Amino acid sequence: MRWAIAVHGGAGVPPSLPPEKRLPREAGLRHCLDVGIAALQARNHPLDVVELVVRELENHPYFNAGRGSVLTSRGTIEMEASIMDGKTMKCGAVSGLSTVVNPVSLARLVMEKTPHIYLAFDGAEAFAREQGVETVEMSHFITPGNIERLKQAQEAGRVQIDHTQPDDAVADGDGRIGTVGCVAVDNEGNLAAATSTGGMVNKMVGRIGDTPVIGAGTYANHLCAVSATGIGEAIIRGTVARDVAALMEFKGISLEEVAAYVMDRVPPDTTGLIAVSSTGEVAMPFNTPGMFRACATEDGYSEIAIWDSPSK
Amino acid sequence: MGWAIALHGGAGDIPRSLPPELRLPREAGLRHCLNVGIAALKAHKHPLDVVELVVRELENHPHFNAGKGSVLTCSGTVEMEASIMDGKSKRCGAVSGLSTVVNAVSLARLVMEKTPHIYLGFHGAEAFAREQGVETADPSYFITPENIVRLKQAQEANRVQIDYTQPIQKEPNDAAAAGAKIPNGDSQIGTVGCVAVDDEGNLASATSTGGLVNKMAGRIGDSPIIGAGTYANHICAVSATGKGEAMIRGTVARDVAAVMEFKGLSLKEAAAYVIDQVPPGNAGLVAVSSTGEIATVYNTAGMFRASASEDGYSEISIWDSPIKVTN
Repeated sequence: MRWAIAVHGGAGVPPSLPPEKRLPREAGLRHCLDVGIAALQARNHPLDVVELVVRELENHPYFNAGRGSVLTSRGTIEMEASIMDGKTMKCGAVSGLSTVVNPVSLARLVMEKTPHIYLAFDGAEAFAREQGVETVEMSHFITPGNIERLKQAQEAGRVQIDHTQPDDAVADGDGRIGTVGCVAVDNEGNLAAATSTGGMVNKMVGRIGDTPVIGAGTYANHLCAVSATGIGEAIIRGTVARDVAALMEFKGISLEEVAAYVMDRVPPDTTGLIAVSSTGEVAMPFNTPGMFRACATEDGYSEIAIWDSPSK
Repeated sequence: MGWAIALHGGAGDIPRSLPPELRLPREAGLRHCLNVGIAALKAHKHPLDVVELVVRELENHPHFNAGKGSVLTCSGTVEMEASIMDGKSKRCGAVSGLSTVVNAVSLARLVMEKTPHIYLGFHGAEAFAREQGVETADPSYFITPENIVRLKQAQEANRVQIDYTQPIQKEPNDAAAAGAKIPNGDSQIGTVGCVAVDDEGNLASATSTGGLVNKMAGRIGDSPIIGAGTYANHICAVSATGKGEAMIRGTVARDVAAVMEFKGLSLKEAAAYVIDQVPPGNAGLVAVSSTGEIATVYNTAGMFRASASEDGYSEISIWDSPIKVTN
């Protein structure tokens, strides 16, 4: 058994990106991967590792989570996240946050400090204050790029997963940076997954996607850990994260085969996921043009990629 | 093949000593809702319409923990949630955090049919309800005296309950007996749900609830979570009940269908397998398959349930053996 880690910054990336949009995201992935690798090498538990890495991704303004979250139809922020520990299957989730700097950490606190799994909106915000987590004014999370994305989506009269190219003519629903996530396994087979997002550009106020739904956007058990990204509604309907683990368990096939099988069952151009197994396998399939992703394993392999050919 | 329907009014530590004044109205409610569902299936209504109709009836019934009769949050408020799913298309809808919507399951259906989304919660869901002109009522409409008592008892015991079937024991003996019988989770009436299949194999499922007594404000359970409390595909339709957190962790509704598909088990075998994986005392479910099989399984003391199929079989139960067979 060996440690392994995979990170994503969202599926749905269009077929090409100008350098000014591509480079900061690649740098972000590289940075977050390094943080995760260092944590695993220092023997932190995968639950701590995924939380740490997703916090970094949330803080990075170019990914759709925490700072840099896309906006609702009212121009507001509603963030959501979830986290799950494979061995115990304890999990935590939050939705409808507008002031909490790191939703993934609040999700972990729900898991550890309450008898519940999932808290949302006013109740989640109140819990955040009780717990004394870092909160800021909502304006902290709003970036000019996202104000522009919302404007374009409203002009086009559509809801987008995300939009990486506000200044290009875009076809229906493409250009998606949405969601961040991390999965990790240590060399004892402990697994964990975490996912965080601002949701969909121009979403209805109160709309919840796959990210905080255990079994859809996040799942971990003793076999594998999964974090999904893409069109939330397709991922919910497809119970994507749970299906990866269920197929491994019930069909006894490898992670790679399972990941391909699951991708086959969701509509094209909707979904991507990252997964690690208890034995240190890694899979990062997607059926969109691209997915911001990175992974590394204890034997020295590492990869950072957006489209099909990885850039090391 | 033929049509089949199953519905529940909640699994839990329902004591066999449940007094008639608590048992009879619930049995009558189950009977009424089953008849509504049977009539709708006989009239060739689509299962999606059938489950919505039946769950509306259960929501309106004040003795079940959904709609009117919902249990209360720690703040004494009502926060209702529901979900609905169509098997063939896998379209689904869900809502959480409702405090004025008379029929949460119908709002979930509207989310599914009138928005590009699946799931709306809290203020956004309430705003959508108003846009859609669904029936709303003052929050006090949903609050029953029994639930005020339940909350008080839970707070005194300083615990979160799934539900509590015996809040109103006048005799100290019964209260003591009840207390002795009731470990950590208490008797649980929580959640309502319905699954149905027609004679063409169309499947649907719906679940609705007020949640857990004394839950934190903003707490979401399994009922609106697709794959946990509700699931339907081309193979089966499932509605679960019990301790929401256990159902979310156990992806109970999804797993029944997955086990059938990937392990090749029958509906009854799959339902038993899945409930077995959940810690005892925490879960129950009702399910129907595309071929008209019915499964009602629980690992609690009892589950309020009713089911019927086109061949004339029908049943209304609270206790008895945990696996019911069709005839």
